[in-house]
Amino acid sequence: MSPFNLEQEHPLPGSAVATREGLLEMYRMLWRIRTFEDQVRRLAAAGEVPGFPHLSTGQEAVAVGVCAHLSRQDTLFTSHRGHGHVLAKGSDVEAMFAEVLGRETGLCRGRGGSMHLVDAVNGVLGATGVVAGNLSLAAGAAWAMQTRGATDISVVFFGDGATGAGAFHETINLAVLWKLPVLFVCENNGYAEFTSREEHSKVKFVRRFAEPYEMPAQTIDGNDVLAVLAAAGEAIRKLRRGDGPHLLECMTYRMAGHFVGDPQHYRSKDELAAGHDKDPIERLKRHLLQVGVVESELDSIGEGARQDVQRAAERARTAARPNPATVLENVYSAQSLKTIVG
Amino acid sequence: MSQSFIEIIRRALDEELTRDPAVHLLGEDVAAGGAFGITRGLAQKHGAHRVRNTPISEAAITGLATGAALCGLRPVLEIMFIDFATLAMDTLVNQSAKYRYMSGGQLAVPMVVRTQAGAAGGAAAQHSQSLEAWFVHVPGLVVVAPSSPAEAYGLLKSAIRLGDPVLFIEHKRLYTMKESLAENAELPQIGRARIVRAGDDVTLISYSAMLSHAQEAAELLAGDGISTEIIDLRSLVPLDLGTIAASVSKTHRAVIAHEAVLNGGFGAEIAARIGSELFDELDAPVTRVGCPFAPIPFAPELERALLPGTADIVRAVRSLLT
Repeated sequence: MSPFNLEQEHPLPGSAVATREGLLEMYRMLWRIRTFEDQVRRLAAAGEVPGFPHLSTGQEAVAVGVCAHLSRQDTLFTSHRGHGHVLAKGSDVEAMFAEVLGRETGLCRGRGGSMHLVDAVNGVLGATGVVAGNLSLAAGAAWAMQTRGATDISVVFFGDGATGAGAFHETINLAVLWKLPVLFVCENNGYAEFTSREEHSKVKFVRRFAEPYEMPAQTIDGNDVLAVLAAAGEAIRKLRRGDGPHLLECMTYRMAGHFVGDPQHYRSKDELAAGHDKDPIERLKRHLLQVGVVESELDSIGEGARQDVQRAAERARTAARPNPATVLENVYSAQSLKTIVG
Repeated sequence: MSQSFIEIIRRALDEELTRDPAVHLLGEDVAAGGAFGITRGLAQKHGAHRVRNTPISEAAITGLATGAALCGLRPVLEIMFIDFATLAMDTLVNQSAKYRYMSGGQLAVPMVVRTQAGAAGGAAAQHSQSLEAWFVHVPGLVVVAPSSPAEAYGLLKSAIRLGDPVLFIEHKRLYTMKESLAENAELPQIGRARIVRAGDDVTLISYSAMLSHAQEAAELLAGDGISTEIIDLRSLVPLDLGTIAASVSKTHRAVIAHEAVLNGGFGAEIAARIGSELFDELDAPVTRVGCPFAPIPFAPELERALLPGTADIVRAVRSLLT
């Protein structure tokens, strides 16, 4: 069931509307993502996660606020830092863990891992390990929707680091030119991997890149899930109407390192502490307390999410590993394989 | 009725656009016919939405085609010169080729990238390359290189109907070549090579425009009493090793001829396969004909001096038989 029921509206800051249940569901989703990544960090530290997972801790409000407006038919593309987006789109927690752990029961049967999550039936068409690598794919999905005359939309999440790539600029130009229903969501966390935005670009705000293409764009507080919800809702409403692409720049802060194990010598303890003060979960909690939700209810939601996630992680840890004999499956279609010799 | 390569490719595209509404053409200038006039008239017939001009943004338009293929379209993208595919390499190599595998079989990229390669007429170093070996190295990509108009017709239609991303390489020297199409011929299965000429003394393996040099060479060699069997690979991936093995087992000698530079070229792969799997059959070392390790020059006499041709193939074959 969608967390948002427009029949029972509660006005929120900005133009968004949501029910009490909707807000609590968002609170639960924020915790689901947070605790999912806490578990990934724990399992990675224990040596159980192959490769190098990237966490979105501190950036969860962007995923939750945007994905609240999406249906399964809407397509989602994301970056290497995509756990939150995929969870917020509604993918199964245990199948996500199983994928991150490289198990046969994972979303991609252990072939993709943390950086290449795909959950096609849920509209998650993929994370990518190449910065800016799938912005144009999201535009292509939007083109397919436009061709079908559907009101579905395509959403792509990326970091501010992606704006240094030519593919970002090429894709925006094309999306505007063809009026494609694609929502570009930039999580501007101030860092491109280990280097601050100031060292990457003279353009402080990513929304400025939209101006010459005359693409509507705005910069919002990405740690305020209500602000994200409102802005994304308005943008997506216009996208479904056929108004063309939109850029949402969400200012946020990556409380975690670039990858699990990043010693983070490039930022100070003071900066990190200030970043933690902007924690999106605490922000929503304060709001909910203000509007009369009792703390014990919130604590119970958070604890429930944590326990659900932990149980899912434990089940995934015992899941079957892929059979090495299947390593050559799915390189090609059966049609091509018929003629492949040697 | 004989038709040029350009006309025959146009016909194949036209028929596929008519047959399947999921087929869409896109690329730079394609609505106006493209740089070589191949898609001329198709936008008028099938609509500007299905034959669509794009900006000069190889990275974005290759990604656009890939994303659309994930969502049920069958895009046929034109990359004007294979030299410009360098700008689309991230998408082709990291996204298009790997989607089926990385997703555990959830998704597929049924897309054709038509591109044009090879040296002719002073196109020089950045519009003349034969870069097929780069793509052959990427699991997940299918690589097709037709040798004639009639071949291109069937192979292109088969490629469009395939469930995998296909790089379809057209040699610019073939564009003016004319041929008649057999009516109602069965479409070729991609991955099956064809024997173009039967022979007993040596197997000559080639593809794309180099095949015509192979045929000329075989004629000259026949005058010397040398009987040459010619294999047109048609696709490099999948590679029809069975046809190669059957032929080499008969002739006991193999020459591979391609226009691409020898160093790291696809001929090296075929030579290695023959060497390791058919060593006992060989009466002579496997020999390759290809371009020396230099960029394609501009001046006609330099271009001629560099490009491998009929005489090089004749020399290579003779060296195995003397």
